[in-house]
Amino acid sequence: MGRYLLRRLVTLTVTIAGIMVMTFFTSQVVPLDPLASLAGPQAPPETVERLRALYGFDQPLYIQFGRYVARLGRGDLGVSFQTGRPVLQDILTYFPATLELATFAILLGICVGIPLGVLSAVYQNRLIDQFCRVLSLVGVSTPVFWLGLVLMLIFYFKLGWLPEPGRLDIMLIEPPRVSGVLLIDSAVARDWEVFRDAIKHLIMPAAVLGLVGVAGISRITRSSMLEVLSQEYVKTARIKGLSEFLVVTRHALRNALVPTVTVIGLTYGLLLEGSVLTETIFSWPGLGRYLANAFLTLDLNTIVGGTMFVAMTFCLVNLLVDLAYAYLNPKITYTT
Amino acid sequence: MISEPVPLTLDLAEARRRRTEARWRYLKDSYVLWRRNRLMVLGTSIILGLLLVAALAPLLATSNPYEQTLRDRLLAPSAQHLFGTDGLGRDIFSRVLYGARVTLTIALLVAAISTPPGMFMGILAGYLGGAVDEVLMRLADIFLAFPRLILAIAFAAALGPGVENAIIAIAIAQWPSYARLARAETLNVKNNDYIQAMRVLGASKMRIMAGHIAPMTLSSIVVRMSLDMGTIILTAAGLGFLGLGAQPPMPEWGLMVADGRQFLVDQWWVSTLPGLAILVVVMGFNLLGDGIRDVLDPRQRQV
Repeated sequence: MGRYLLRRLVTLTVTIAGIMVMTFFTSQVVPLDPLASLAGPQAPPETVERLRALYGFDQPLYIQFGRYVARLGRGDLGVSFQTGRPVLQDILTYFPATLELATFAILLGICVGIPLGVLSAVYQNRLIDQFCRVLSLVGVSTPVFWLGLVLMLIFYFKLGWLPEPGRLDIMLIEPPRVSGVLLIDSAVARDWEVFRDAIKHLIMPAAVLGLVGVAGISRITRSSMLEVLSQEYVKTARIKGLSEFLVVTRHALRNALVPTVTVIGLTYGLLLEGSVLTETIFSWPGLGRYLANAFLTLDLNTIVGGTMFVAMTFCLVNLLVDLAYAYLNPKITYTT
Repeated sequence: MISEPVPLTLDLAEARRRRTEARWRYLKDSYVLWRRNRLMVLGTSIILGLLLVAALAPLLATSNPYEQTLRDRLLAPSAQHLFGTDGLGRDIFSRVLYGARVTLTIALLVAAISTPPGMFMGILAGYLGGAVDEVLMRLADIFLAFPRLILAIAFAAALGPGVENAIIAIAIAQWPSYARLARAETLNVKNNDYIQAMRVLGASKMRIMAGHIAPMTLSSIVVRMSLDMGTIILTAAGLGFLGLGAQPPMPEWGLMVADGRQFLVDQWWVSTLPGLAILVVVMGFNLLGDGIRDVLDPRQRQV
């Protein structure tokens, strides 16, 4: 286990170094002069040259790369052209909103996906199983941006059951920022009106984002439940005279959950980063929308810094998932 | 099916006859498997429909997909405009039909661009092993470290918006998984006797890799590719939706959903119907992919 962890950490370091090289050199091939947009169209050439020297763009590439790595080492991702603030500060401002959304979505995925998977394994090939198959098929086939629009059309515009896009009603005042997660902040401030409103705003985007999770989680739960249910010890438990409910929940589900945990972890990692489209649709002020705007305006520092941040979180989540898998399943030993 | 015992020696004609027979049996079994799986029949029909629509778009379309008739803007679906008209008075039904061409082109080009390099690097890494393997797989790791959509968006933004660049961007995000797969398949077959025999006969490494290993990796690559088609189309549509993929006036479905966003409340059809087309096609590819896996996978192949 220790050696495995060490090896993983070494490859992770190599990967992160690779990510740095890749983001840097990709940003060099962008067919757009960041200075031109910074200085404005009417700027005299001398000003552009001065800016070029100021930002070090006149140096050879390898020196620029060295500086870039040194800056990253200090946690300095540069200044966003979009907001004029340091990119890292922006990321830390927007990330909690994404975290809140992704967590809510994955909880939804777990609460719906696991029972659905268990039921469709217990009642294999019956109606609930067919329903589950169709749901997971639709879940992986639906374009999220389209689903978001359809839900918004039905539940906001037509029925009016759920509030407008955004994170909070404009008439409400955000509670003082403690964690950046609105539900926590409003609970700390004991502002229950904001708390309720924040939950209402969360439902639609979380449902859209969670559908993918439901599809994956119910699928894997079903297949691993089917495998476990045919094991000898499940038969033993039945012969002992335990109720079917206890057999399924205590004996089967516990063991079937190991692969499910992996899928949950990987999906969570994806949701943290994959919310670009959902956040854009629902005007959710999170990292995804911030990044999407940066891509559209070619805000170079934000693109480079943001993708770096995203890739690193993603790597970290994947590592944690692998470790959790090893911890949960003592049969697994990592030798290489 | 009980087969008669095979005699120890076969003359050439008899051997050839048996081989042809076996091939036909394989095809027939595949057909039986295909027929039995109703969902796969549905998936195949959807994709055949897509191909037909793409091929016959000019015949099926009720009007020119690019023609703007501002007088007729935002008309509700009717006999004349089956899916209604959009904000510029273009017939949405015709645009959706032409969009089938765009979607199909994107999916096929991404597959055509991303698989050869992926296969090449995977086979190289698997067969040569050692430092080559380590370097190539670390390279693949770097690409896999990014969520695929983010990677595609980043490259699409870096290359500049446009459908060609979106195709390249998605292909860049796609190749590492093919490289991984080809490597695993190569490791599986590279110590087989017939490969050893080629080596003893003095075949060059290039020849073994290209002529004897590559064909063996092909079937799993095809399976994976058919499973990936849906994701590729969703990514392309997502890029189009964000404005980083196909550009107006191209009738790309994701772009059309984005265009209709501003009319969502009163003219729901502008945005939702092109999105429905994406859903149906992606579902068709997913069903087909699942089915192809069942037919090609020898472990699941039981008639």
